Amino acid sequence: MKQFAAFVQKEFYHILRDHWTMIILLVLPILMVILFGYGISTEVKNTRFAVLDPSRDVLTQGIVNKLANSEYFILGDYLTSNDEVETCFTHSDYGLVLVFGSRFAEQAMEPGGAQIQLIADGSDPNTASILTTYASSLITSYQQEMMKGETPKMMIAPEVKLLYNPSMKNSFNTVPGIMGVIIILICALMTSVSLTREKEHGTMEVLLVSPMRPMLIIFSKVIPYFCISLVNLATILLLAHFMLGVPIVGSFGLVVLISLIYIFVSLALGLFISTVAEKQIVALLISGAGLMLPVVYLSGMMFPLESMPVALQWVANIIPAKWFIIAMRNVMIKGLGFMSVIKEIAILTLMGTIIIIASLKRFKIRLE
Amino acid sequence: MNIIEALDLTKKFGTFTAVDHISFDVQKGEIFGFLGANGAGKTTAMRMLTGLSKPTSGKGVVAGFDINTQAEQIKKNIGYMSQKFALYEDLKVWENIRLYAGIYGVPKKEIEPRTMALLQQLGFEKEKDTMVKSLPLGWKQKLAFSVAIFHEPKIVFLDEPTGGVDPAARRNFWEMIYEAADRGITVFVTTHYMDEAEYCNRVSIMVDGRIDALDTPNNLKQQFGAKSMDDVFHHLARKSTRNGD
Repeated sequence: MKQFAAFVQKEFYHILRDHWTMIILLVLPILMVILFGYGISTEVKNTRFAVLDPSRDVLTQGIVNKLANSEYFILGDYLTSNDEVETCFTHSDYGLVLVFGSRFAEQAMEPGGAQIQLIADGSDPNTASILTTYASSLITSYQQEMMKGETPKMMIAPEVKLLYNPSMKNSFNTVPGIMGVIIILICALMTSVSLTREKEHGTMEVLLVSPMRPMLIIFSKVIPYFCISLVNLATILLLAHFMLGVPIVGSFGLVVLISLIYIFVSLALGLFISTVAEKQIVALLISGAGLMLPVVYLSGMMFPLESMPVALQWVANIIPAKWFIIAMRNVMIKGLGFMSVIKEIAILTLMGTIIIIASLKRFKIRLE
Repeated sequence: MNIIEALDLTKKFGTFTAVDHISFDVQKGEIFGFLGANGAGKTTAMRMLTGLSKPTSGKGVVAGFDINTQAEQIKKNIGYMSQKFALYEDLKVWENIRLYAGIYGVPKKEIEPRTMALLQQLGFEKEKDTMVKSLPLGWKQKLAFSVAIFHEPKIVFLDEPTGGVDPAARRNFWEMIYEAADRGITVFVTTHYMDEAEYCNRVSIMVDGRIDALDTPNNLKQQFGAKSMDDVFHHLARKSTRNGD
């Protein structure tokens, strides 16, 4: 026990005395939540839009006001001809142009319906599709307001319904993803680098000759990173809840349980990498390229898995973060219970167990 | 009294025999030089004696414990200093001492006064709170050695402990080794420097996994009709068929 205490204390000194480690461990998670939550958000706010409206009737005015009053759009100029539409995108910062048909209000009552065109800049397809989706849902809701109590006759835009995230708040989806990345970063990357550093500096050799048992060495190296990832877990959840307004609809205990299992898998991965790598730089590369990139690209955090090639979807299955993110979204945002995430929990537990057995075996072989 | 006994100690890696039936004894309080070219099998032999590696065959007793079955007991009774002077660079001098003292189970009450005594003896009082990374290499070496024998082991294993250190610091270091031996600590040291071999009570010279010579430096020089240990070593090493790494 004295050995263990002395060793854990030393490990905390390493962490506390290295400024970069401290920044990565404590500042980076906060920065990521803020950046992904606000800045690099695919959510679009205060986009300027232009209007080409040959009808100029009550209905078109109503739609324009509806958009202009929303938090997403700001009304810019009224255009006078079709030729001006393109210059809106090439020579000014418009994100969307609304083009109404002529005799809009009258046509809306006719069987064919009224024509409205939403033009956005397709060179940025993500933003374009988000803007048009926002605009169409605003138009739809305006339409519904107008028709209260009446039989629906006019049809302007298709209805877009968004489950669980009605305002399409992007941070709802990115928060579980950020947690997935941060935990991998701290538990796998930092742990594997700190273990390989002992090998590189020759201190591991001295430790192995000492009466300290190899299991205890590993355990005391891992404990500090485990503690820090708990701190991060709390920070991210608090920031997500109070700053980004992400709700925790489901059970808080379940959120913690899923996170703990995922932390366990990540620590096991870090341990495994340190049995493979002899140098810190190798451990860094393996964790960076082998873990961080797949977590970002294949976990469904940034890009929807459904739209990926089948082969990549298969690869995504072996990425722990994918299952973690699915489970977290189910519990945190959809508010589902334990039974709905039992598959994800089982998969993560299995992954962690296999990796930890493999790495302990490898660690022993090294001693022979 | 023998504190290390090796009998037909052998280590094979696949078809390669790294250590080939070596037998030797080391007496208590002796400074035993373990010489050999790179790749001769020194490190492998030392790993077996320190309980890091299990012999393929053969017997060994270190500090009264069997290397095949009592590695954990051996570890408690030996000290080890690697050629990298493996100290933690981002820990202070006294923190390094305290860490290793803790790992070797030195009673808490003793750590503080013994650390102060050690620092005084080394002339390091002012460096107590200095980070190890800012110490000169020679000081790190002294500190690494002091840390390795802080728990008063029966034997200390030194793996090429003077690499990269200037001659004056090396002489200084050997004085520390003599002091430790005077206190009854057996010193098992590997080295590249043949002038250092002269400082040992007895030396063994490994060639291609076998011990080709073992005696006091003077007897070896006589036996091979050589003027210095350097000549003895080259005479033996010429027979080597292994390539050094």
